[in-house]
Amino acid sequence: MMKLLKTLREAFFPKSAKGIPVGVFVAIVAVLVLVAILAPLLAPVGPNTQNLMGRLKPPGTVARGTMFILGSDELGRDLLSRLIYGARVSLSVAFLSVVLSGCLGTVLGMAAGYKRGWVETIIMRVVDIFLSIPAILLAIITVAVLGPGFINVILVLALTRWPRYARVAYGQTLAVANMPYVRLSKAMGASWIRILGLHILPNIIAALSVVATLEFGLMVLFEAGLSFLGLGVQPPMASWGAMLSVGRNYVSNAWWIATFPGICLFLLVLSVNLIGDRLSEYLNPKSR
Amino acid sequence: MIDGFSNTTLSISNLKVAVGPHSVVDGVDIDIRKGEIVALVGESGSGKSLTALSAMGLLSGRVGQSGGEIKLNGQTINPQDEVEMGRLRGTRLSMIFQEPVASLNPLLSVGEQVAESLVVHGRATKAQAMERAVQMLADVGIPEPEKRAKQFAWELSGGMCQRVMIASALIAEPDLLIADEPTTALDVTVQAQILDLMRRLRDKTGTSILIITHDMGVVASIADRVCVMYGGRVVEQAEVHQLFKAPKHPYTKLLLTTIPKLTDAPKQDLYSIKGMVPDIADFPEGCRFRTRCPLADKQCVKTPPLQPRKTFDDGLVACWHSELTETLQ
Ligand SMILES: Nc1ncnc2c1ncn2[C@@H]1O[C@H](COP(=O)(O)OP(=O)(O)OP(=O)(O)O)[C@@H](O)[C@H]1O
Ligand code: SF4
Ligand SMILES: [Mg+2]
Repeated sequence: MMKLLKTLREAFFPKSAKGIPVGVFVAIVAVLVLVAILAPLLAPVGPNTQNLMGRLKPPGTVARGTMFILGSDELGRDLLSRLIYGARVSLSVAFLSVVLSGCLGTVLGMAAGYKRGWVETIIMRVVDIFLSIPAILLAIITVAVLGPGFINVILVLALTRWPRYARVAYGQTLAVANMPYVRLSKAMGASWIRILGLHILPNIIAALSVVATLEFGLMVLFEAGLSFLGLGVQPPMASWGAMLSVGRNYVSNAWWIATFPGICLFLLVLSVNLIGDRLSEYLNPKSR
Repeated sequence: MIDGFSNTTLSISNLKVAVGPHSVVDGVDIDIRKGEIVALVGESGSGKSLTALSAMGLLSGRVGQSGGEIKLNGQTINPQDEVEMGRLRGTRLSMIFQEPVASLNPLLSVGEQVAESLVVHGRATKAQAMERAVQMLADVGIPEPEKRAKQFAWELSGGMCQRVMIASALIAEPDLLIADEPTTALDVTVQAQILDLMRRLRDKTGTSILIITHDMGVVASIADRVCVMYGGRVVEQAEVHQLFKAPKHPYTKLLLTTIPKLTDAPKQDLYSIKGMVPDIADFPEGCRFRTRCPLADKQCVKTPPLQPRKTFDDGLVACWHSELTETLQ
């Protein structure tokens, strides 16, 4: 999936992507986040308000006194409103799953790297197992067990994605735990909780934030993928992935239904990934 | 020991440290009296750091204490007991290390790190601890301590960082400070200043100091008493002047001849002891020095006991032929 993104990125911004100031991408993400937060104020109508007289209307159509700026879907719902509310779902699923899996993975990774011994063996073997199974497959299997839905999608993503953070946290903790200042702090009587919180976490948070950023983009896609397959958020809740899924059935006569959520997804994931790349370059100038 | 417990700050007896199946510290005895500065010397790999780390309970990984007793002010302590050691570290025992700059967290201010042990042990509020830290920075001779307390390790020189470490180690007025090669990374002038500082602080507070070094020059300028280690054992132990005047162990003798003299021609190679320290696994039976010792004979296949040095009332030596050492050149 990352590979596809890289190829896409290179296709759309041949070389010049590096020349675009990262601020542009931050701005795109910021706008999308704002839209998600302010959804009720921005959306012309509710996301689930149906207008059966105005089904499958192209962008710009006026029906019953309201204008479908981006057209309407198969139930006559305003596509723009659904996109705006969909931003809420897509972003909050991604955000919450990143936070949950990030916390879980960081704690387990730090424990493995600091405590070593059997704690390390167990945690890191589980990490290896998780990382050896294709991620989306793992997510699909888990969701099949837990059942679909907003909360479950978040849980599934959190449960399947923590090993990414655990591995990074583990490696970084190993490195930092051997730093002379950790040894000195121990010699001053600091407890392991204090050492992990005061010395290790602040020193590994930068690396973790890069992972989190890249994961965020991936989580948006995972949610879209699960919803596209009908395993994500359930109708009538709008998410970009779910909208794509429905839109697919109407591509030939109502192109707009699938196109706009697609563009939104594309912009969001691209921006987040580029921010992540820049962040890692910035934090680790030696990487290039 | 003989002085009674109240007079001995740290007493290590028959300490054994194992790395896997090998005893890298093999029955070490060291006593540090109150207010005394004891130097622990020996070549790289002789087990100096491991001895010190065991006393702090800071051994980790494949390395573990496999025997011996450690007493602090006459009371037996258990270095493996994390709770007990957590209480003692930073309050009654503290330790500083070789890399002064890397020993300070780049993300925390100098003041915060000096205050660390007070905060960790709940001895003071954060504000009080910071105030004490500034005072302590002044005590270790850091100019503009208030400004420095807010700076970070990378803004200070190596010598400054070592002063900061000393400040953080001594802020809680411990009974014993262990300094593992505190001046090795510093240039000679700064080294002299740091040693002088440690001695002055000892005079002022009565803190006992165990200083680890492989530099006989450092020993001469700071120590009251010296323990010489070879291959994980103490081979000689004596008051500093007596040791320098009359080394009784062949290893000590050879170690002393490695000190450059001012009269030496500038580019002349230092005399260094023939051969290398054998690998842990390859130490010979009996006296561990016998593969390199010019006096070695059949008797040395048996381990020599640590006995009183014959000509002096102070000090111990572990060698079958110590009376012949002075004939070495
Ligand atoms: N973590 C470890 N794992 C395996 N072996 C170790 C470990 N730490 C020390 N050793 C071995 O134990 C022996 C003694 O080590 P120690 O660090 O105490 O030596 P030292 O006298 O302090 O030397 P130096 O002057 O180089 O600091 C060495 O042979 C070393 O290789
Ligand atoms: S016991 Fe023998 S080998 Fe060991 S130092 Fe003495 S003379 Fe040398
Ligand atoms: Mg050492």
